Amino acid sequence: MKKDQLIIDGKKYNSRLIVGTGKYKSFSECANAVKISGAEIVTVAVRRVNIMDTKKPLLMDYINPKKITYLPNTAGCFNSNEALRTLRLAREIGGWKLVKLEVLGDKKNLFPDMIETLKSTEILVKEGFKVMVYCNDDPLIAKKLEDVGASAIMPLASPIGSGLGILNIENLKIIRKQTKLPVIVDAGIGDAPDAAEAMQLGCDGVLINTAIAKAKKPLLMAEAMKYAVISGRKSYLSGRIKYNYTGSASSPKKGII
Amino acid sequence: MKKKNKIKIKINGRLINIKISTTLKDLLLTKKIPINKVAIELNNKIVNKSKINNIFLNEKDKVEIVHFIGGG
Repeated sequence: MKKDQLIIDGKKYNSRLIVGTGKYKSFSECANAVKISGAEIVTVAVRRVNIMDTKKPLLMDYINPKKITYLPNTAGCFNSNEALRTLRLAREIGGWKLVKLEVLGDKKNLFPDMIETLKSTEILVKEGFKVMVYCNDDPLIAKKLEDVGASAIMPLASPIGSGLGILNIENLKIIRKQTKLPVIVDAGIGDAPDAAEAMQLGCDGVLINTAIAKAKKPLLMAEAMKYAVISGRKSYLSGRIKYNYTGSASSPKKGII
Repeated sequence: MKKKNKIKIKINGRLINIKISTTLKDLLLTKKIPINKVAIELNNKIVNKSKINNIFLNEKDKVEIVHFIGGG
């Protein structure tokens, strides 16, 4: 059987779970969660170095960027210029071209500003970046992102960190059907059933941060998410039964005594 | 008149005094910043790390040094 892998910009990954590295109690807890989750890609943020204390350990000391793909993000950017600046710097740190673009437009719900996002995607693609784009669950916008050269579409399930799960199943299905790009559900996943559901819809992967990092037992949740993604994917590939509104006995009638 | 041998620059938003004819590389080394794990902006322009040895800092220069931290 052909190996079922997630392919982003020609690179193959065995795991369909991408893990965010924020909100953990410590770098070591974060690194353990990543390991247990089986994730091969992690998102990271770009921030100022603390020049007063450069002895503090760095994320790179715990998660080896040679083994795990770092996906720099633009979290906290509220316009195109900030996002472009952040990703150009990220590339300079060590040649990263694969990036996650998110331009937020709403401080309360953290919804993406899709006008700024679309504009930034276009510029970044022209500069040679491979852009995975956080977006609303809007099929029209998703199509436009594909048209300007995005490498992956990352629609939200619900607001970042909300744990509300998938709010618009039908839109995600439409987005999945209309594009050749990988669709990775990003933001809003609350628990393992949410992750499995995203995969059951045919999505190519999920990105999870808060649901793991802020679970009472993050490492156990990391493991749960790993299996949820595998399970949901296999279930999707296996072709579920049709909905049947009457009962259908599982045991044969023949030979009943 | 005593010649001024210190200049003021801003690094990550913080004003500091450095010696005249300090290069960007000198600055990073004194601050013990791992060059291979950061990116640098000088006056809002990204600096090619292979050239930092030849970049001398001037009064009122603004240096930004960033790295990767945990994020979602």
